[in-house]
Amino acid sequence: MDLAYTEQQDAFRAEVRAWLEQNVPAEPLPSFDTEEGFRLHRDWERKLNEGRFGMVTWPEALGGRGCDLIEWLIFEEEYYRAGAPARVNQNGIFLLGPTLMEYGTEAQKARFLPKMATGEEIWAQGWSEPNAGSDMAAIRSKAVRDGDHYVISGQKTWSTRAVWADWTFGIFRTDPESSRHRGLTFILVPLDAPGVTVRPIPQLDGLPGFAEIFFDEVRVPVENRLGEEGMGWNVAMATAGFERGLMLRSPARFQETARRLVQLYRDNRAAADIDPTVREAVMRAWMDAEAYTLNTYMTASRLIKGGKIGAESSTNKIFWSELDQQMHETALSILGARAELKPHSVGAEGVGRWLDGFLFSQAGPIYAGTNEIQRNIIAERMLGMPRA
Amino acid sequence: MDFTFSDDQLAFHDSVKGFLTNEVTPEAIRDLWQRDGGRSDELWGQLAELGLTAMTVPEQYGGLGLDALDFVLLAQECGYAALPEPLVETVMVAVPLLAGLADEHRQLQEHWLSRVASGEARLAVGHPSNPLVADAHIADLLLLCHGDEIHAVPAQQVQLRASESVDPSRRLFAVDWTPSDATRVAGGESGRRLQAEALDHGALACAAQQLGLANRMIDIAVDYSFERKQFGSAVGSFQAVKHLMANVAVKAEFSRAVLYRAAFAAARGQANAAIAASHAKIVATEAALLAARNGIQVHGAMGYTWEVDLHIFMKRAWALDGAWGTRGFHKARVGDFVFADGAPLGAGATFEAR
Ligand SMILES: Cc1cc2nc3c(=O)[nH]c(=O)nc-3n(C[C@H](O)[C@H](O)[C@H](O)COP(=O)(O)OP(=O)(O)OC[C@H]3O[C@@H](n4cnc5c(N)ncnc54)[C@H](O)[C@@H]3O)c2cc1C
Repeated sequence: MDLAYTEQQDAFRAEVRAWLEQNVPAEPLPSFDTEEGFRLHRDWERKLNEGRFGMVTWPEALGGRGCDLIEWLIFEEEYYRAGAPARVNQNGIFLLGPTLMEYGTEAQKARFLPKMATGEEIWAQGWSEPNAGSDMAAIRSKAVRDGDHYVISGQKTWSTRAVWADWTFGIFRTDPESSRHRGLTFILVPLDAPGVTVRPIPQLDGLPGFAEIFFDEVRVPVENRLGEEGMGWNVAMATAGFERGLMLRSPARFQETARRLVQLYRDNRAAADIDPTVREAVMRAWMDAEAYTLNTYMTASRLIKGGKIGAESSTNKIFWSELDQQMHETALSILGARAELKPHSVGAEGVGRWLDGFLFSQAGPIYAGTNEIQRNIIAERMLGMPRA
Repeated sequence: MDFTFSDDQLAFHDSVKGFLTNEVTPEAIRDLWQRDGGRSDELWGQLAELGLTAMTVPEQYGGLGLDALDFVLLAQECGYAALPEPLVETVMVAVPLLAGLADEHRQLQEHWLSRVASGEARLAVGHPSNPLVADAHIADLLLLCHGDEIHAVPAQQVQLRASESVDPSRRLFAVDWTPSDATRVAGGESGRRLQAEALDHGALACAAQQLGLANRMIDIAVDYSFERKQFGSAVGSFQAVKHLMANVAVKAEFSRAVLYRAAFAAARGQANAAIAASHAKIVATEAALLAARNGIQVHGAMGYTWEVDLHIFMKRAWALDGAWGTRGFHKARVGDFVFADGAPLGAGATFEAR
């Protein structure tokens, strides 16, 4: 064990920091759940890629830097420290990208990864359906083989950023006789294909951050299948593994939130201390963000040495999502009677972005597998408790 | 940057775990409770034979010259086993305290540390954060704080009054003694520093045991959840029961890296060692206390009995909660750090520069 960065790692950090200082927009971009914001975030992805900072863990041939997970963590730390824009293509680069590298053919990798890296193609994920939420194996949307095409019909929902995205990936039932986890196939679908209809769904903040996707006999070439026919569940689980495991929420994000929370508390101390529990909650935010960081470094080190992510990764999802809720609740309680005010509205000086963050933190325990589902997984697969 | 243990550390951990599993069983612990003094010379001898009492003794005194990072996994296992013998405090607190005295005490160090390493002598520490002294009755030499000073007092020069803990494995004593120039081994600035380090080491020692205890209570409750059937099913198949245990698993999982970082910081004498130890003590204790609360719930009335082994571990967790600084003390320290001007917070601030 050696909990200090190497000179090489320090140099990498300095390089990232310098580049971000030069390039991060001075003013925060508008939300990527608006048309303009989406376009600006797409532009940002291209710029990042030009600096070869789009996906640092990817191989150099694909515009990456072949970084290991520790360097990825360093990159993320600098990224959040610099207040750089949110990653509009995170479904692509963090989830589908690694899955493609594991299951994709060479032709698929060459076709999809470079455009993913530049932001030219932004990805939405299509797992959930109206009747397949937590119970994802209840998927009914079907893909019927017709020569060298699949013909897709059905409906996906809650698909994040699908309103302006270019592609979606998801699993579809290719074997009509099958049920549950069998007979599903992982397919990549262009959202501009004839027969696709995307209907925006406004989220808590009123913006269309996700969408329903309707498929009416959409023809997709067989080359767009990832992995074998009927093996879609396994491929999807690998993707969900990346999501829960490490890449979806890097610790830097929560460390920065905790730092801002400490600052908010210090700036409003007299009012905040009227509730004696606030100080402890702020301190705990720091402790938990620190614990999450340490844990992630430990996991990253283990993976670098050839370890695998197991069911214990379900503890991550619970930990960060509840931490995020707790931090934002605490922030709002410090802001007191002004907490309800939208930024830029009358009387809202100094409320910052806490309200938006609070709203979004309510989704954390729901998406990427609800926390109840994660607790089931922990109990049954990590602790080995009896199945229901 | 490498956050893994070495193969040597892991191998030693495995062998000690094996020993503790076989020798320090709940039956053996109950057997010790029946004995006068609650301790076993034979068991201490075995621990010494494994090299455990020599771990942190400097090589020049016949020890292995290892540190808190080498011992932390073992300390966790001692917690998992609820080992009654004071091995963890000896290795992590008493030996470093004695070894940390100024050079003028070389003779004293040589005399005692070589005997601790070989298992012939035992130490106990009296520190202001603990109202009583643990295991004073088996100590040959007591390291006792007095104001800023530290005194090394042979067993013959103290009088003991036994107390009683909720944990029958704990043996606590009020120590009556008279400080003198002959017994004083540190004072002033160095006395304060050694006392502060002892506190951090003690907190770390507790944290490691608490995490081991949490894991043990999870294992016991999970086993029970298979055995006990109600409504025609194992109670562990009920989701409410599962989630009780999953919540403990989350807490335990997220105190592990905090604990290991604290051990690393202590071993390297880093500036953040005190805060890291406090953080570890807080979160590992919380994991153990939740494991106790949820563990007893999973057991139903069985968990409320003397007969079921769970209480061996719950009581150790409850007892260690207040030892080497209460949670209030440690939270206050973390708070002072977090709320200080210019505190190193935020992304990228976790690890100290080399
Ligand atoms: C902001 C946001 C973004 C999202 N983005 C996407 C996306 O891009 N692509 C996509 O495919 N999906 C997306 N989702 C959908 C998300 O994956 C689902 O919401 C999630 O899987 C839960 O399904 P559900 O909403 O149908 O809840 P339900 O499954 O209906 O659950 C309702 C409640 O019942 C509980 N419950 C259900 N089953 C069990 C069980 N077996 N044991 C215990 N409790 C149970 C749940 O925990 C929850 O509390 C997104 C959701 C949100 C909120």
